[in-house]
Amino acid sequence: MTSLFLHADINNCYASIFRIFKPELNGVPLVVLSNNDGSIIARSQEAKDLGIQMGQPFFEAKPIIDKYQVRVYSSNYPLFHDMSTRFHRTLGTFSLHQEIYSIDEGFLDLGNFYQTNLQQYGADIKRTVWKWLGLPICVGIAPTKTLAKLANRIAKKSKKAQGVLVLNQPAHITAALKITDVGDVWGIGRQYATKLRNFGVLTAWDLANVNDAFAKKHLTIVGLRIVKELRGEACADLEIEPPAKKGICTRRSFGQPVMSLDLLQEAVATYMTRSAFKLRKQKSRCSQLSVFVETNPFNPNQAQYNNCKTIQLPVPTNSTLELVSYALTALKAIYREGYKYKKAGVLLDDISPATAMQGNIFDTIDRGKHLDLMQTLDLLSSKMGSGLVKVAKEGMEKSWKMRQDYSTPCYTTRLEDILVVR
Amino acid sequence: MNKVKNADTVHWILLGYDAETKLPLFSSYVKAGFPSPAEDYAEERISLLNFLSGNPTATFYVLLEGDSMIDFNLFEGDLLVIDRSLEVRSGDIILANLDNEFTVKMLEITESGARLVPGNKKYAPVTITKNSELELLVWGVVRGIARRFRK
Repeated sequence: MTSLFLHADINNCYASIFRIFKPELNGVPLVVLSNNDGSIIARSQEAKDLGIQMGQPFFEAKPIIDKYQVRVYSSNYPLFHDMSTRFHRTLGTFSLHQEIYSIDEGFLDLGNFYQTNLQQYGADIKRTVWKWLGLPICVGIAPTKTLAKLANRIAKKSKKAQGVLVLNQPAHITAALKITDVGDVWGIGRQYATKLRNFGVLTAWDLANVNDAFAKKHLTIVGLRIVKELRGEACADLEIEPPAKKGICTRRSFGQPVMSLDLLQEAVATYMTRSAFKLRKQKSRCSQLSVFVETNPFNPNQAQYNNCKTIQLPVPTNSTLELVSYALTALKAIYREGYKYKKAGVLLDDISPATAMQGNIFDTIDRGKHLDLMQTLDLLSSKMGSGLVKVAKEGMEKSWKMRQDYSTPCYTTRLEDILVVR
Repeated sequence: MNKVKNADTVHWILLGYDAETKLPLFSSYVKAGFPSPAEDYAEERISLLNFLSGNPTATFYVLLEGDSMIDFNLFEGDLLVIDRSLEVRSGDIILANLDNEFTVKMLEITESGARLVPGNKKYAPVTITKNSELELLVWGVVRGIARRFRK
């Protein structure tokens, strides 16, 4: 076996991040709420032990939360993002080849580390992340990404592993596969798991031993790759360059239901401004945009209405002014009076690099001027904070803005928010 | 690239250190005219962050309040630069977590435990031994400070 991958992830990521800056939360049950404080998206171990479920609506868990004095926090994405960046940077000091898989998970390629004491190396990584950042992580090391993830899963549960598990001996891999439920294999969703159980495939070991034709027939080619990876045959390499974003979407729920076109326009203009900024940041243009609105599907007593409007742009653009104007046109086309809107969003599509410029003889827009204006706008935002100069349609009040009743300081990204100590 | 010595035998090369201070690939582009004779001699500009910390990934800032550290020339309003990657030594000024509260003090490691020493005679040092009820966690070492005279 030549290939070797390491998978690391932060234990109870969001809860652990809060604990760095609020040590009084150690050992105390805590939950983190989604955007808008709607549902529970992260739990500390203590909160998990109380039976609070992932994704559970906040109001539903409220009785348990009150009874056991569970601490509740709104999401703090600026803080999460910064700590996640630090986590990945720290991991990146241990191998040249790194994949940032998600906010709290990463892979390293340890293909050249054949002379290294892997158990020791994994423990060093765990200890370093703990020391530098105060974040608890677990580490799995194995010949394929799928097995590395599986090793990590066991490392989290097993006391003996102490958070680091190396699976590079066939006997150890077999034992690990046998104690892993088929539904817990990376990439096997709930539906596939049910299907597999009906065929008598109950564990990861069973799955590794199905024949290729079976895997391809019932799990498609993607499933076959999972099966091969479980057998120790690496099918997936690190994704080092994140694939260019195919669509840029900004989509959020409102703090309170919105009925008027005016307020919806404010929200859509704000989301579009954000998306256009992202588009320019990755030096792209788009030639298609969609706007959508939704009512609250969880409120059955309310009249429901969802709609989406897509506009093909005559000339690819990344100008906020142009995009906002098109977005508002699209919104007008789908807005219906009398509904309580819960969510709106914009999606930029058909994205191309900003260098390739295809002219259009009917183009009436002074693109040079827009470009200058956008550059100035971005510069002002980066120097003096975003939101200083904005499109008038974005509005000043933003009464629809997301609700964050349990917010915390941005300890690492805003000077006025840093810890004060004596 | 920096080589870091670690207490536990392993030496590794830290690749991510300078990620925050990248050199531009082309610092000026030339359409017509003459290329700058200084182009090939471009060096990275001095970074206060690197001076104060050296490891931005493990660096955090806190603001000092009160007068408990004035004898160490640390005053209210000072921005403390905490480098968590430093191994703590006796005599370091540290950000400690004492029974779930943050405090900045000088750490003295003694045979029986540790002492947190304030820089002001008005306050008494706190002694922590193995048997004491108090729990002490070193959050990070204060590596430097930043202070402004004009805003």
